[in-house]
Amino acid sequence: MGAIIDNVLVSDKANLDVFSGTLQNLAELDRDIVVVTSDSRGSGKLGPFGQKFPAQIVEIGIAEQNLVGVAAGLASAGKKVFAVSPACFLTARALEQIKNDVAYSDNPVKLIGISAGVSYGALGTTHHSLHDFAVLRAVNNITVVAPADNFETEQAIAQAANSNHPFYLRFGKKVMPALPTDIDNSFSFVKGRIIREGKDLTIIGTGETVYPAWQAAEKLEQDYNIQATVISMHTIKPLDYELLARVAATGKPIITVEEHSVYGGLGEACASFLLQHNYHNPFKIMGIPDEYTVTGSQNEIFNHYGLSESGIADTALKILKQKH
Amino acid sequence: MTPKELALKSIGYRKNILKYIYGANAGHTGGSLSCIDILNVLYNHTLNVGPDNFKSPDRDRYIQSKGHCVEALFVVLADKGFFPESDLETLCRYKSHYIGHPTRKVNGVEQNTGALGHGLPISVGTALAAKMDNKAYRVFTLLGDGELPEGSNWEAALTAAHYKLDNLTAIIDHNKLQITGRTSDVCNTDPIDLKFESFGWAVRHVDGHDFKMLQETLDELPFTDSKPSLIIAHTVKGKGISYMEDELKWHHGVPNKQQYAQAIEELDNAVATL
Ligand SMILES: Cc1ncc(C[n+]2csc(CCOP(=O)(O)OP(=O)(O)O)c2C)c(N)n1
Ligand SMILES: [Mg+2]
Repeated sequence: MGAIIDNVLVSDKANLDVFSGTLQNLAELDRDIVVVTSDSRGSGKLGPFGQKFPAQIVEIGIAEQNLVGVAAGLASAGKKVFAVSPACFLTARALEQIKNDVAYSDNPVKLIGISAGVSYGALGTTHHSLHDFAVLRAVNNITVVAPADNFETEQAIAQAANSNHPFYLRFGKKVMPALPTDIDNSFSFVKGRIIREGKDLTIIGTGETVYPAWQAAEKLEQDYNIQATVISMHTIKPLDYELLARVAATGKPIITVEEHSVYGGLGEACASFLLQHNYHNPFKIMGIPDEYTVTGSQNEIFNHYGLSESGIADTALKILKQKH
Repeated sequence: MTPKELALKSIGYRKNILKYIYGANAGHTGGSLSCIDILNVLYNHTLNVGPDNFKSPDRDRYIQSKGHCVEALFVVLADKGFFPESDLETLCRYKSHYIGHPTRKVNGVEQNTGALGHGLPISVGTALAAKMDNKAYRVFTLLGDGELPEGSNWEAALTAAHYKLDNLTAIIDHNKLQITGRTSDVCNTDPIDLKFESFGWAVRHVDGHDFKMLQETLDELPFTDSKPSLIIAHTVKGKGISYMEDELKWHHGVPNKQQYAQAIEELDNAVATL
């Protein structure tokens, strides 16, 4: 599958591959682009980048706090810095550096959390990042983004590179099919992308959960004649309140789906807005529950917790049956 | 156990490491093969820990900081009788507790590790508790050499010396490789010995595949009264399998069918050379 968006052919790859490819294109034109890694260039698919631009990559070794501190210093001196490390270590271990040296000091580092969520599957909890939205939502002055497909990834990287403020962008390893662009073929931060429109309910996904949300919507239409709107809420913070208010105004159920703890992420961000603005739509947060995460591949973990076509469709059927 | 008996055991351990990594189609092959001889001597010669006393507060503790090499640990724990070896057939499978890093859901595992740079601080705390309670148990932790740039290691190294933790031993699996390349090219940490000595540790170098030397060195702990001990174990990543030795790609490479067969054959042939 492939889609032509703004005359750029985007064929299905892992978002991580698109990230590294986009970064190479940018680095070619701009010698101030610098990548900083912590023994993570292989997992970041940055081997070719390192070979092509040896003067634009800084290897720190296994030391994520140092990685973020050094990145902040480079950024303060005018470099356009991408600090690339597994999301789990980057946002947990180096949180204070992110909070103080990047966000608080407004050093425009682009933090790239690779193999995010449960991408590392059976490597277990040390390697999962189910907390990153939650902690970074509570840190002032950082934009938090989880692109859904290759198009969003490419746009997000290119646009973030030109911003003078901090960003956290999170990617998985899985090949992500292109999402339909007939309704919305543009990308800008803080503006949720409508993937599909329907009158019966709204499913809001982010990152790698948008695709199963879209699959579930297709299934609901085919099997039950239920029409669902699907939104890629790629920017978790700031959140697209305008779009949220628009779908809430229909009074129809809203389901959020994220590869993150059900605590503190996309779902609770939406819930907080809705309640405080007197929207009382039937509402369900789908994500990873607060428990010892089951062992398995990313797919097995998604299926186990219902973050799949059938799991999301079932949740939709249940919420539609509820009285409201 | 004699060095020769230990050597024979290590061949069996290596076969099992490869068997379960091959079965799971996942695992950290190179680093498990570089540290297995150290784990062998620890569990079969040095540590007073086994399934019978694992709940005892007086047991010796082994905390694996380089958690990614969990296959080496699981294979040894199975051999010690902490759980049936057949459990390892579920390695990394759906709903298994045998995941790709040590977790306390598995009998015999002291601490959940996998994020590097955690083993030494936890070991310092555990050793400090022994001092506070006047207990005789000892604490051992195994670090990767690529892991050393984590600042937490150096913070803990200060604390260990400050509290004179001579019941603490850190062992560095110095295989000179990490994921990206040679440790000396990624972030040079040499000279490791002088750095730790200046931090107040007593340091020895050993050949991490020489059973007699490992036994003798471990028998001499603590190297200096009132100082924590560091053993820099010079090892070969992928040790024992010709095509894996000192090869970067076997950090988390998994052998294919033919490679697996060759590896097992090489190990079987090694028995005759003992
Ligand atoms: C905090 C942290 N950062 C990064 C990683 C990813 N990682 C796993 S193994 C490894 C390389 C380790 O190299 P080394 O310590 O030399 O281990 P060995 O050679 O013994 O396998 C890295 C970067 C991690 N597990 N934890
Ligand atoms: Mg190493």
